[in-house]
Amino acid sequence: MTSSVGATAPSQLSMTHLDRLEAESIHIIREVAAEASNPVMLYSVGKDSAVMLHLAMKAFYPSPPPFPLMHVDTTWKFREMISFRDEMAEKVGMDLIVHINQEGVDQGVGPFTHGSALHTEIMKTQALKQALDKYQFDAAFGGARRDEEKSRAKERVFSFRTPQHRWDPKNQRPELWNIYNTRINKGESIRVFPLSNWTELDIWQYIYRENIPIVPLYLAAERPVVTRDGQLIMVDDDRVPMEPGETPEMRMIRFRTLGCYPLTGAVESNASTLAEIIQEMLVSRTSERQGRVIDKDASASMEQKKQEGYF
Amino acid sequence: MSDLTLQQQEAQDAIDSYLQSQEQKELVRFITCGSVDDGKSTLIGRLLYDSKTIFEDQMDTLESDSKKVGTQGGAIDFALLVDGLAAEREQGITIDVAYRFFASEKRKFIVADTPGHEQYTRNMATGASTADIAIILIDARKGVLSQTRRHSLIASMLGIRHVIVAVNKMDLIDFDQNGFNAIEADYRKFAERLDFKTIQCIPLSALDGDNMITASERTSWYDGPSIMQALDDTDITEDRTADSFRMPVQWVNRPNLDFRGFAGTIVSGAVTPGTDVIAIPSGMRSTVDRIVVHGGDLNVASTDQAVTITLKDEIDISRGDVICAADDPVDSSDQFGVHMVWMDRNALLPGRQYYAKTQNKTVSATVTDIKHKIDINTGEHQAGKTLELNEIGVCNISFDQRIAFAPYKDNRGLGSFILIDRHTNNTVGVGLLDFSLRRASNIVWQDLKVDKSARARQKHQKPAVLWFTGLSGSGKSTVANLVEQKLHDLGRHTAILDGDNVRHGLNRDLGFTDADRVENIRRVAEASKLMVEAGLLTLVSFISPFRDERELARQLVADDEFIEIFINTPLEVCEQRDPKGLYKKARAGEIKNFTGIDSAYEAPENPELEVDTGSLSAEDAATQIVAYLDQLGYLNAD
Repeated sequence: MTSSVGATAPSQLSMTHLDRLEAESIHIIREVAAEASNPVMLYSVGKDSAVMLHLAMKAFYPSPPPFPLMHVDTTWKFREMISFRDEMAEKVGMDLIVHINQEGVDQGVGPFTHGSALHTEIMKTQALKQALDKYQFDAAFGGARRDEEKSRAKERVFSFRTPQHRWDPKNQRPELWNIYNTRINKGESIRVFPLSNWTELDIWQYIYRENIPIVPLYLAAERPVVTRDGQLIMVDDDRVPMEPGETPEMRMIRFRTLGCYPLTGAVESNASTLAEIIQEMLVSRTSERQGRVIDKDASASMEQKKQEGYF
Repeated sequence: MSDLTLQQQEAQDAIDSYLQSQEQKELVRFITCGSVDDGKSTLIGRLLYDSKTIFEDQMDTLESDSKKVGTQGGAIDFALLVDGLAAEREQGITIDVAYRFFASEKRKFIVADTPGHEQYTRNMATGASTADIAIILIDARKGVLSQTRRHSLIASMLGIRHVIVAVNKMDLIDFDQNGFNAIEADYRKFAERLDFKTIQCIPLSALDGDNMITASERTSWYDGPSIMQALDDTDITEDRTADSFRMPVQWVNRPNLDFRGFAGTIVSGAVTPGTDVIAIPSGMRSTVDRIVVHGGDLNVASTDQAVTITLKDEIDISRGDVICAADDPVDSSDQFGVHMVWMDRNALLPGRQYYAKTQNKTVSATVTDIKHKIDINTGEHQAGKTLELNEIGVCNISFDQRIAFAPYKDNRGLGSFILIDRHTNNTVGVGLLDFSLRRASNIVWQDLKVDKSARARQKHQKPAVLWFTGLSGSGKSTVANLVEQKLHDLGRHTAILDGDNVRHGLNRDLGFTDADRVENIRRVAEASKLMVEAGLLTLVSFISPFRDERELARQLVADDEFIEIFINTPLEVCEQRDPKGLYKKARAGEIKNFTGIDSAYEAPENPELEVDTGSLSAEDAATQIVAYLDQLGYLNAD
């Protein structure tokens, strides 16, 4: 069969790897807009969320994305994340829902007093379920990538959740081609991961290529830190308990991943520009989830947390 | 940016040139398949390890896990890198599709690691659906097995054109050239009838790394590529769809009255402003005005790009339409010959309604006929009335609306669909469209002058189906017969369909398996529809145990023409009555698939009427039913 367009059409192989990932993600995001009745984009303020938001802007241009952003605030996020979040929502003109587990706040739940596992369970996992129940969202975008962790490598792009928000890894819907089954019964929901096939390096390359704004914490700077369990923890406010006589130390650090500041280990680095970060990554021998205290409990721990409703 | 340090400037330059080199990389997807213990996970773990995709902390975990649960006596067990879920790590087998990522100097790869375990064929089809290349592992000690043939058949059917046959564990046959040659000859002979463009056989030891990345000295007799070289050099340029321009409309973009854009991913061909287009199946014609993307319009867009197109005319195109080159549009149809792969524990039942979802449209679908099943080990055709989990069949399927389509072999994007169960919403099967069964657009219903309402007027009644459902011995036929007697006495025109007059005639070729029960009810439903067309009050008395089939019968007629009457008699009571002695036989195992004993009865959720024969005599029940019909105007329509 001959094409109706002449030889001016470029070979589709001229699409780069990033072009292809971008097109796939846009297709996924549009499919949710077309089929879900009440979708939301979970915005964690990190670099993956930044890319996901940028892709959503592209998918619907010149319209704004037809869904709100939602941030589950554990009240322990880096202060710079919160100010960046508010600036971005303002800039893109999307509605921003901020949800905090008020019960947890009233009980004074925090990582230093309750430990990382309980804090995450109450302020993040429970809070997310509360918010999804409150607003009755039937589809929620998340920025997770399959290369982050072993159990994520097996998760579908459209990942089904029971009314209790549970994930059943043994009973996932087959996912063929780019045809996504979005049908659910009342109370059930779908988590959608448009960045499933992106790697950490892809994310940074894309941020660089598209000039996407990110939280400055990703870039190296002198910041006050203490050492806890072998991790460099930034002293972002006065809630960090100090040993007698201990004072924070100023070091050149940056973050490869962002979450609750007491649970996010920094890496020592001099990479203060995007180009330097990418260059550092190319020689890096430490994967990014290492900075997350939560993954260290046991090697199958992420799978268990996901079954319980963690993103 | 004058405030950059020299070091930063160097990083900037290095990254710029690095990113430029990235622009030259192709994205290639492949799957790995083989039998249990052929070494798939080890092979992928090796590729990740050798392409330096494994980081230090993952390496630490790998080393400690290898000691704890590894199968290599404490040495590094590469399989642990990719066997993700806790359950399968304990069992030592891969049980689902996992996706992995690595890059070579030339290409970036997405790997679908798919299981070899017999019952997980569906996962292999999943991985194959997007793959360009398949790596098929063969244990050098075992040679070509039935699973090798199955995986090759599925790969070929799903459109993969290139296979790399990795003859693994060569170390265990001392890198014997004759052994390798025999396996290669065997495989090539089998693959002759498959649709592969290239086949590359490679002697391998994934565990030791022989011929993984570079040529192994232990196979000096072999002068072909290593696995990595084969992945890098297999030419996939011509495989990606070379069809004319087609873009399924995914979402209509209307920010304001002045802009109407059609957003979608181009599945084939190329488009420029000025291209004449036609939307299928709606048939609307126009010319492309702009190709809109964030950051400026495009002069041309082609396969796999996600774009938004505006047209010169204000025409109404919606999700479900496919915008095509006007001089070479796709066909549309609602009846197809298809290949189906079944993926659910509940078998495919012909006659049952499912949802079918294509790229951008969801329709109601019914498999009307299973022509034959394909024995996936031998490729032979077999007769079959149902498709079980992991079975492949050639079927006829009927959709309730026309869709734009292209045969799967020409266009993966427009030739594929998934089937969804209407109750569980699970993806239960997938289909590859082979051809249209008819030129659907040419079918025009005969214009009937004497219609249903004319016939009903003549009889002074409103026709309807009275559908009696309940267990055997519940009293359905007794009540139905009494109702018919009373209607007849009132001068109404009736007909009755029950087991006695249908099972011996229209349906005498059917037994009592689930598939036959579905077909039995489908025929009864169609027959009752014809009788309603004839203007009759039609009494249907069948156990009709499945909700789906009763729903199908309901959908064949108008909303107010279907009255479901649930004769609700408890199983114990029915079994005690046992008017025909059937329960006794079923309990003794002399009758198989008896409803209530070893076959399910799905009670109606919202019947129009429910009769409790425990508290109501058959006579009183019949009187109530007739009163109900009278109240709602079925008996006096003029």
